[in-house]
Amino acid sequence: MAMAPSLRFRSRMGRGKRQGQEAPRRPRRGGAPIIELDDVTKVYPGGHLALERVSLAINRGEFAFLVGPTGCGKSTLIKLLIRELAPTEGEVRVAGRDIGSLPEKKIPQLRRNIGTVFQDFKLLPNRTVYDNVAYALQVIGASRTEIREKVPETLRLVGLSTKLHNYPDQLSGGEQQRVSIARAFVNHPPLLLADEPSGNLDPVTSIGIMQLLYRINRTGTTVLVVTHDREMVDKMQRRVIELFEGRVVRDEVTGGYTEESTTEFGVRMRGEMGVGVEGQTNGHEAGER
Amino acid sequence: MGRLWFFIREAFRALRRNAAPSLAAIVTTIVTVILLGVLIPVLQTAQAKSDEVRSSLELRVAVFDDATKAEIASLREDLAVIPNVSSVGFVSKAEALRELKADLEDDTLTAQLNSNPLPANFVVKADDAANLDAIRQAITPPGPSGEPQPISPVIESVFDRSEERGEIEQVTGALRIVLLVITGLLLIASLMLIGNTIRLSIYTRRREVEVMRLVGATRWFIRWPFMIEGVLVGFVGGAVAILILWLGKVTIVDPLSDTFALVAAQDQTTLSFPLLVAILFASAVLVSALGSGVTLRRFLRV
Repeated sequence: MAMAPSLRFRSRMGRGKRQGQEAPRRPRRGGAPIIELDDVTKVYPGGHLALERVSLAINRGEFAFLVGPTGCGKSTLIKLLIRELAPTEGEVRVAGRDIGSLPEKKIPQLRRNIGTVFQDFKLLPNRTVYDNVAYALQVIGASRTEIREKVPETLRLVGLSTKLHNYPDQLSGGEQQRVSIARAFVNHPPLLLADEPSGNLDPVTSIGIMQLLYRINRTGTTVLVVTHDREMVDKMQRRVIELFEGRVVRDEVTGGYTEESTTEFGVRMRGEMGVGVEGQTNGHEAGER
Repeated sequence: MGRLWFFIREAFRALRRNAAPSLAAIVTTIVTVILLGVLIPVLQTAQAKSDEVRSSLELRVAVFDDATKAEIASLREDLAVIPNVSSVGFVSKAEALRELKADLEDDTLTAQLNSNPLPANFVVKADDAANLDAIRQAITPPGPSGEPQPISPVIESVFDRSEERGEIEQVTGALRIVLLVITGLLLIASLMLIGNTIRLSIYTRRREVEVMRLVGATRWFIRWPFMIEGVLVGFVGGAVAILILWLGKVTIVDPLSDTFALVAAQDQTTLSFPLLVAILFASAVLVSALGSGVTLRRFLRV
């Protein structure tokens, strides 16, 4: 039963999409959005107002960016979504469920259904790439068979099949971030949150990471990327939600990559140039190692 | 089953990485357990001695000098039938004086006496120290006015050596308090050192804890490795201490008990060695579990 930990959650969301399915994905209309914020206000103890009456909804299968300057409340929003924090006012719903009132015992279950990627990777330095990814499954009580099956598969997806037994400090920044993405995705969560995933990486490597996230999005996972890399956001042409001083000041879909996109970026993002199979079509990736 | 191994592996990994504080905690546990292992038999022996004195206590029933032989004989019978009285002996005036001389060692005081002021008395022994008060009640039941009314007119007074008992209890009580305080302080020290070990372990493994929380490990899944780590400290400390105690018993106490009756007597009055070992081991493990549990509660935000 490979999907055991997330099965119940998934079925409630009315989907059974598995990674590897390559059908083109469009946000599904109907059914609750996977992320829904309703008039959310967060005031930190001490009176700092981090989010002020924020309302937004992200549908299943979407790829959205969350942008804004430092201190605008992006990280607070991520923390609300994984229930690291509870909103002061308003409702935060994930998969239709109000998580502000989630009992503490249910929080781990919520987090098993949300993959998280951070700027600083949060890898365990004394464990190999394989063990880092396997650890995520071990601590939620996955069976050994499941771990042996899923970990290599996920590492293949992110393009690190050849580095299974390396330690994080033997990898480049881009590769480390791929490990952390693999760890976030190994359980095939329906939602992936990336908080400044390319914040520490050079522009070329960042494109590789975005490609990977986009590829994950195409398997059916909703992806929300927090970034302040404007250039990247403009190039990707996906939905952009902009926060400024705790309020949503922009929320627009800037189109997608249609079949007509002929720019190199568009072609790459459409997934026609292998992601993760480094050195195959993109010379940039080779320099990353 | 696989999960249990995961926890144990993680605990050992943490102990290896935190060798210095772990060792400090283990050594303190060893010292505490050894002291407990010595203190428990010593305390028990003291208690046994105090009980022994108490059980040898007797009531003395002083008789007026003008009591006739018949009156004394009938009082003797009356005393013997009181429930819980195990024996009744008679000490004449002359014998009482001899007793006093023996007690005093210095005879200047008794030499100055020109007559014997001591009364003849009965020595009433009880079958159990706890029944002494009941016997005293039976000899001098309260009269209608509430004043004690002796069962025989020849009884001058009833007294016992409660002062002596008080003295013994004072000494053993003080000893007990001192030992208990030392043991208590040591227990607190080992609790705190185990807690400190766990705290350092939480600090060194904050990355792991963070990752576990992010991927949705349950609270106890995160706590178990730390718990096991703490219990391992108690387990190892307890095991080493018991080994040392056993060596001490075999090499020192056992040869002595062949020559000294008091040491040998302990075997009858105190716990058997296996039981003592079991108690010490269980308390070492319990204390370490408590130390880690409290620390986890305070410092591991899950």
